[in-house]
Amino acid sequence: MSTVAEERNARAPWALTAPALMLFVGVLLIPLAMTVMLSFHDWGQYKGIEPVFILKNWQEIATDPYYAEMFRRTFRIAILTTLLTALLGAPEAYILNRMSGRWKSFFLLVILGPLLISVVARTLGWALLFGGNNGLVNKLLMSLGVIRSPIPFMFTETGMVVALAHVMMPFMVLSVWAALQRLDPQIENAAMSLGAGPVTIIRRIIMPQIMPGVLSGAIIVFSLSASAFATPAIIGGRRLKVAATLAYDEFLNTLNWPLGAAVATLLLVALVLIVVGSNALIERRYAEVFR
Amino acid sequence: MRRNGPLALIFHAIFVIVMVAPILVVCLVAFTPEGFLSLPSNGFSLRWFRAIANYPEFIHAFWVSLGLGALSSFVALLFAVPAALAIARYRFRGRDALAALFLSPLMIPHVVLGIAFLRFFTSAGLGGSFAALIIAHVIIVFPFALRLTLAAATGMDLSVEMAAVSLGAGGWTLFRRVTLPLILPGVISGWALAFIQSFDDLTMTVFLAAPGTETLPVRMFLYIQDNIDPLVTSVSACVIAITMTALILLDRFYGLDRVLAGKGDPGR
Repeated sequence: MSTVAEERNARAPWALTAPALMLFVGVLLIPLAMTVMLSFHDWGQYKGIEPVFILKNWQEIATDPYYAEMFRRTFRIAILTTLLTALLGAPEAYILNRMSGRWKSFFLLVILGPLLISVVARTLGWALLFGGNNGLVNKLLMSLGVIRSPIPFMFTETGMVVALAHVMMPFMVLSVWAALQRLDPQIENAAMSLGAGPVTIIRRIIMPQIMPGVLSGAIIVFSLSASAFATPAIIGGRRLKVAATLAYDEFLNTLNWPLGAAVATLLLVALVLIVVGSNALIERRYAEVFR
Repeated sequence: MRRNGPLALIFHAIFVIVMVAPILVVCLVAFTPEGFLSLPSNGFSLRWFRAIANYPEFIHAFWVSLGLGALSSFVALLFAVPAALAIARYRFRGRDALAALFLSPLMIPHVVLGIAFLRFFTSAGLGGSFAALIIAHVIIVFPFALRLTLAAATGMDLSVEMAAVSLGAGGWTLFRRVTLPLILPGVISGWALAFIQSFDDLTMTVFLAAPGTETLPVRMFLYIQDNIDPLVTSVSACVIAITMTALILLDRFYGLDRVLAGKGDPGR
């Protein structure tokens, strides 16, 4: 039987995708290439950008310990945020999955909904909750006896990690949730009928099966946290810089565009390598799950 | 399947409270009758919502965001619908590479995109213009428009199209009278999700916006950088209300988990 698709000529898919392809080449690939080139240009306070090919900006990033410290901070925050979302998000997705129909969809909406709410508004909420040494969070933690003296949250990495973890949490829950949907509940019942306790079931049955979901969630959370802008800028203030806020400063305050472009290019390359590398590792390790 | 035990439910309750708390506190502080940041302990007041009217830059920024979101999502669909049909219907060389390219704005950090577009549009003489914002937003919302359209096109029953062809429909008529109505729910949801993404974007837009083309998130961000007062909480509360409305509509219309999980990725 001949289908509609077969009757059309072979050039059809290219004709249909050509406008989008031209758009992407013209206003995505070319600007990205221009940015990489910009990072090799010279810049001076009075002369502005000079289109020559030099390694000055890259040398500055490689030798000045300020940039090493800044990138270390960026990745430290991203790693801690990823760990926090995995430790809290995975159990939550599991609990959510065991709820009955109506509650499940209600809480799914409550937890995933913030994903679409403005990051500025969400971070503002944390700034209000942290608010100095007698902020709500500190008052609550002290009255519960969790801490003795207030923890400084504003303008610290601690505060950035907490607020970022909140912003990124839906991605982790979503990713583990997707892995749980592929899980056969009968396996859990079989383990139980064979005498496995709840701890054994979680450790031996559930964990290995949702691990790919946790790891792919971790990749998303990590790459988004490492390049996050709004939350570090609002919680971290003007002094505690991460890669994205530093690039912003170079572009819009110092106006040293070539240096800013080098920071951005390095961030992009580092993230692409990390994401592609860990994706490959995960797919090899869990090949059977992705089949 | 076993039910959740009491410990699990306590964990769940704390988790949900922490997820909701920052959003709730913004909305509560917005109703404070005081002149400073505080929870409304003695009565609710709308004074800070009324105060928005005295700040024309927020109102202007809101209209910029609204126009930008609506227009860029629409333009993105003009490019995404044909591309989605091609990717859904045909197996051709370079198909996977094209799909990866079209979804790539999801992987590239928005700060890098912001810098790339700033450099590009400044060289092109379009720096700070509304046109530049539209083009940049078309690129960042494209993956969302494509994904939902793709999901709809992949799930479509092709025999309906065949019937139309056998009755003599061709080309444009086929698309307008048969294909488009069938994929319309996906297209509209794609538009809505793209709109929300555009409406909320700060990281890329902050590089491109100039006075006059500042979007609402950019205006809010610049305001917060200077000082945090109840005004910005009432503006945020309005933004949250708008997003929640769109969210609930999207959930009713299409199912939020389907929208967010991005079912319909090629190869899944």
